[in-house]
Amino acid sequence: MPYRRAEAGPREWIDRGRTLRFTFEGRSYEGHPGDTITSALLANGVSLLGRSFKYHRPRGAFSLANHDVNALFCTPQDTHIRGDVTPLVEGMDVRPVNVRGGLDNDRDRHLDRLGRFMPVGFYYKAFHRPKALFPYWERAIRKRAGLGQVDLDWTPDRRAKRHAHCDALVVGAGPTGLTAALDLADNGCSVVLVDENPHPGASFDYAHAGDETALAHRDALIASVHAHPAITLHTRAVALGHYADHLVPIATPDGIIKVRARGVLLATGVIEQPAVFHNNDRPGVMLASGAQRLLHRFGVAACRRAIMVVANGEGYAAALDLHAAGVEIAAIADMGTPESQIPAARLLAAGIPVHRDHAIHAAHGESAVEAATLAPVDADGHCDLARAHRVPCDGVFMSVGWAPAGQLLYQAGGRLRYDDTLAMPVPETWPDTVVPAGRLNGVFDLDCQYEDARDAAARLRAALAGEPVPAVADHRDRVSHGAAWPIVAHDRGRNFVDLDEDVQLKDLEQAAREGFDNIELLKRFSTVGMGPSQGKHANQNAIRILARIRDQGIDATGTTTARPMFHPVRLEDLAGRRLRPTRRSPLHDAHAELGARFMDAGAWLRPAWYGAAGDRAEAIAAEVRAVREAVGLIDVSTLGKIEVVGPDAARLLEAAYTVRAADLSVGAGRYALMVDESGVVADDGLIARLGPEHFFVTASSGHAAATRRELTREAALGGFDAWVVDRTSELGSITIAGPRSRELLAPLTDVDLDRKAFKGGIRTGHVCGQPARVLRAAFVDRIGFEVHADVAATRLIWARLMDDGAALGVRAFGVEAQRVLRLEMGHIIVGQDTDGLTDPFEAAMAGAVHFDKPAFIGRGALALLAERTQRRLVAFTLPADADTPLPRESHLVIEDGEIAGRVTSIAHSPTLGYAIGFAMVDTALADSERALTLRVDDGVQVRATRAATPFVARRGKRAQPESRS
Amino acid sequence: MKRIDCPEIGPRPIDEFTYGGEVRRPPQAGADTAALADYVFNRAGAPGVLREWWHHDPSGRWFVLERDTRTDTVLRSVPITEVAHAVPTR
Repeated sequence: MPYRRAEAGPREWIDRGRTLRFTFEGRSYEGHPGDTITSALLANGVSLLGRSFKYHRPRGAFSLANHDVNALFCTPQDTHIRGDVTPLVEGMDVRPVNVRGGLDNDRDRHLDRLGRFMPVGFYYKAFHRPKALFPYWERAIRKRAGLGQVDLDWTPDRRAKRHAHCDALVVGAGPTGLTAALDLADNGCSVVLVDENPHPGASFDYAHAGDETALAHRDALIASVHAHPAITLHTRAVALGHYADHLVPIATPDGIIKVRARGVLLATGVIEQPAVFHNNDRPGVMLASGAQRLLHRFGVAACRRAIMVVANGEGYAAALDLHAAGVEIAAIADMGTPESQIPAARLLAAGIPVHRDHAIHAAHGESAVEAATLAPVDADGHCDLARAHRVPCDGVFMSVGWAPAGQLLYQAGGRLRYDDTLAMPVPETWPDTVVPAGRLNGVFDLDCQYEDARDAAARLRAALAGEPVPAVADHRDRVSHGAAWPIVAHDRGRNFVDLDEDVQLKDLEQAAREGFDNIELLKRFSTVGMGPSQGKHANQNAIRILARIRDQGIDATGTTTARPMFHPVRLEDLAGRRLRPTRRSPLHDAHAELGARFMDAGAWLRPAWYGAAGDRAEAIAAEVRAVREAVGLIDVSTLGKIEVVGPDAARLLEAAYTVRAADLSVGAGRYALMVDESGVVADDGLIARLGPEHFFVTASSGHAAATRRELTREAALGGFDAWVVDRTSELGSITIAGPRSRELLAPLTDVDLDRKAFKGGIRTGHVCGQPARVLRAAFVDRIGFEVHADVAATRLIWARLMDDGAALGVRAFGVEAQRVLRLEMGHIIVGQDTDGLTDPFEAAMAGAVHFDKPAFIGRGALALLAERTQRRLVAFTLPADADTPLPRESHLVIEDGEIAGRVTSIAHSPTLGYAIGFAMVDTALADSERALTLRVDDGVQVRATRAATPFVARRGKRAQPESRS
Repeated sequence: MKRIDCPEIGPRPIDEFTYGGEVRRPPQAGADTAALADYVFNRAGAPGVLREWWHHDPSGRWFVLERDTRTDTVLRSVPITEVAHAVPTR
C-alpha cells in the first residue's frame, strides 16, 4: 500500500506545513499544497483510482507524467481531469469516471469476465443482425461510452490568446533544455523556455535526486535561467504542436500562448515504456520513473515491497533509489541489461536479488497487486514456467525501455529511425531550425546531455545566423537502454499493450491475422494508440509486435502519424476570447435612442427594426407603410463607397463591370454588375460620374473591401492609370424614400431635386449646409434620394431630417422593412436571390450586361452563358386568404413531382396585403406561365401565382384585389 | 504557411493577406469554348513554383509573389507590370 514518507525529500514539490482537505467518492482525505489528485490519494493509501475503458478493470497510478489516462477524475464542474498532474485544491470534490456505483463495486466490473465475447473489433462485427435490434445496442453502448458527467451549467472561462515572439523556443526544462536555453541566451538569442511541470528541473528532480553534484548543478542552472533577462520561462506549459513557420501554441493554465520562434530546440526527453505481461495493469504496477516521480516530488512511496522488471541501467538506479527511501526491493527480473550497467556490488550491499534473463510472467491480486511470478524468459517472450517462482509484493516497477517524445519533431518534418543498440527510435534527420537534443536524441549520460545541449544550441544559432551549420557531434549512448522484446505471452491473455483502450497482445495478433497488418490499419481496427494518451505508452510495443508478425524490421513496419495537438486542450482555450470586430455606423447612437433592435450584417451592426421587442411584425409593417405613404429614413452607411479617379477611370470600370461607363455623362449614373471569370454574379451597385476622370461607385454592404480589391487588381493588370479609394468608413449615407421625400429634403439642400432636372445619377452640393452628394435611389421606393456626407455631417443631417420630417410623418426604418420594400419593388439582393452559381441572365439582369464594349471580367463566359440559361428568377404571389402556412426561403418548387427550383425571397407585403416572393426555377417552368407549387415543411404544398415586377406598380395604383387571382 | 516573408514589406502574418489565386493569362478574345472552359475551371495543382496574387489588406496593396509550394517559401516578388496584360481598346 502506498504511503507518505515522514522524511521530506530535498527537492519535493509539496508544502508539508499546510494541509488541504478534499473528498474522493464522498470520503474525506487530506493532502498538501503541491500535491496532485493522484499523489494525495496514494499518500492516503488509496491505490484504486479508476476503471478501465472497455473491461472496467481496476486501475491505478502509472506514470505520474501526464499520461495516466486510467486515473481520470471528475468534479461537479469539470471532467476528464488527469489526476497525475492536476493540482489538489482545498475542498475539491473528486469522483471517479466510468464507474456505476463506486470504484470498489463498479456494477460493470463483470465485463472483464465477458471479455472473450468482446474480441478485438467486436463492435464492427456484432450488432449488425438482426437489424431491428441495432437501435437497442446503439443506445446501450452509447450509455456505456464516455467518461464522466458534463456540467451543462458550466460557464466557460474565456482567456485571451497571447502571442510571443522569440529567436529560439526551447521545449523541456530538464538538464538539456536548461543548458541549451542558457547557451542560446548567452549568445544573444531571445529565448522562450517551456516545461509542462510546475517547476523546472524535469529528470534532475526524480532520476538524479540522489546525486548531490547533479542537484547542485541543477540549482545553479535554474537560478541562471531565472536571472537571465533574455529567457522567458513558462512552467505548466505544454507545447501543443509544431506548425508551419515555427508556430508553436503553448497551453498554460492562463490560456494559450502562440509562440512564433525563428528556431526550436526540442529537449522533450523520453517517455518510459511498459512491459507487457499478465495483469500488467493491476493497481500497484507502474513505471519505475513514475515511482521515482511519486517519491521525489510528493514524498510518497508507491509500496512497501516491490518486484522490478528491468532492462537498463536506469532501472537499477531506480531500484537503489527506492531502496534508499525504504522501499524493499524483493527481487529484480532482468530482461537483458548490459553487464556494465548492473551495479552488482551496490545491489549486493543492499541485499537486492537479481534474476538474470527473467521476466515477470504475471502479476496477481484482484484490486491491487499482491504477488508476482518471475520466470526465465527466452528472446520471444516465452517463459519457462517449470522454473517460475512467485514472490509476494504490493508493487511492481517496470524499467524496460524508452520512447522518444518526438511528436513535435515529426510535425516539424524530422524523421526518426529505430536504433537497435538503444532499443528505441532516435532522430535521423531534422530541419536546421528544429533541433533535437538530450534524451530525445538518444543521449542518456548527464554530462553528455549538457554537451549535446550546447552542441545543438550552436547548430541552431548557426542556422539562425544563416551560417554553415556545424556537423552533428554524436553524444549518443553506446549501450542498450531497453529490452528489444519486453513482451511476455500468457495463456489467459490480459497482458495489455494499450491501457487506454484495453488492447491485449492477442488482440493485435488476431487483428493482423484478419488482415489488418499495416500499422495504420492495425491502429484503426484494434484502436491501439487511439485513447486519450494517444499511444504514448502503447505505440512502440504495438510496432514491435507487428514487426514480428510481419517478420520485418521496426522501421519497415513504420510509425503512426503524431498529429497536433500533442496533448488534449480545453476547448475554451482553443476558442480564446473570440474577439470579433464590430463596425458601427456613425448614426449608431441615434438608432439606439430610437429604440433600434440591432442585428449583425457582416461585421456591421445595423438596425433590424425600431420598437418594443414584442411588436416586431407590427413595427416592420408600420415602417413599410411610412415609406409607401409618407417618407422613411434608413441608414445605409454600410454601403461600399468607392471613388475611381484618373485618366483611365472609365476604362477601368468598363474592364471590371459588365456595364458601360465611358458613355455616362457627368452627373449620370447606372446600375452596375460585377461578375467573376466564370460569369457568376459577384456584386452589384451603382456607377455614377462626378467628372470626366472621376467616378463614384457603390458596392453592396459588406462587399466594399472585396470590390475595392478587385478594382485595384484590375487596374494593375490592365495597366490603367486610375486610383481606387475606398471611402466607406469615411462617409455616412442616408436613404430618404417615399412620396414625401422630395418635400422633406428639398428645403435642406441646394441640389435641384426637381423631377425633370434630377431623374437619376449624382449631384454634388450641400445638405443642411454640409458638403454632400445626393443620388437618386429607387431600391425601396420609386421616389428616393441617397445622401452621402462625412461622418459628422451625416449625424447632423439625420437629426435634421428626423426633426423636420416629424410633420410629414417621417419614420426611421430598418433592414427588415428594407427587405420587404425592395421585394415589393422587385429588386433582388445579390447573395440572397443569387447564389455561388448564378449568372446575370438567370437573375433576369441581361440588361446589365453590355457586350458592346472592350473585354471585361467574365465576358467570354457570359457570351456562352447568354445562350444556355438553365434557370431563371421568377416573381410570384400567394393568395391573401389562404390558410396554408407561409413558405420560407429555400423551400422547394415542385413540378410534376420533381424539384424544379427554390424560393429565394418571400415576405408578407403590408402594402399589398398578401405574400410576394422570388423563386429560382428551371427555364422550362419559367418560360411557361404555369403557377408554382411550393412545398413547405411537412410536405404541405402551396400554389403560388406568377406575377410581374415591380409588385407595387405605381403610386396610388396599388395592385387591386382582382389582380391577386 | 503562417507567415509570408514578403520581399517588399517584410515578414507578416498570413491573416493579413487575402489570397488572389494563381496568376494566369486569360485566353485571347475569340478563343474556342474548350480553351475558355479550361481557363475558367481547371487548375494544375501540381507542386512547384507558382506566381500568385496576394493582397495585403492593411496596406491595400497587391503583390505577385513567386512561391515554391513544395517548401512553402516565397522566392521573390514579381513586378505587376511583368504579369499585366494589355486590355484592348476600341
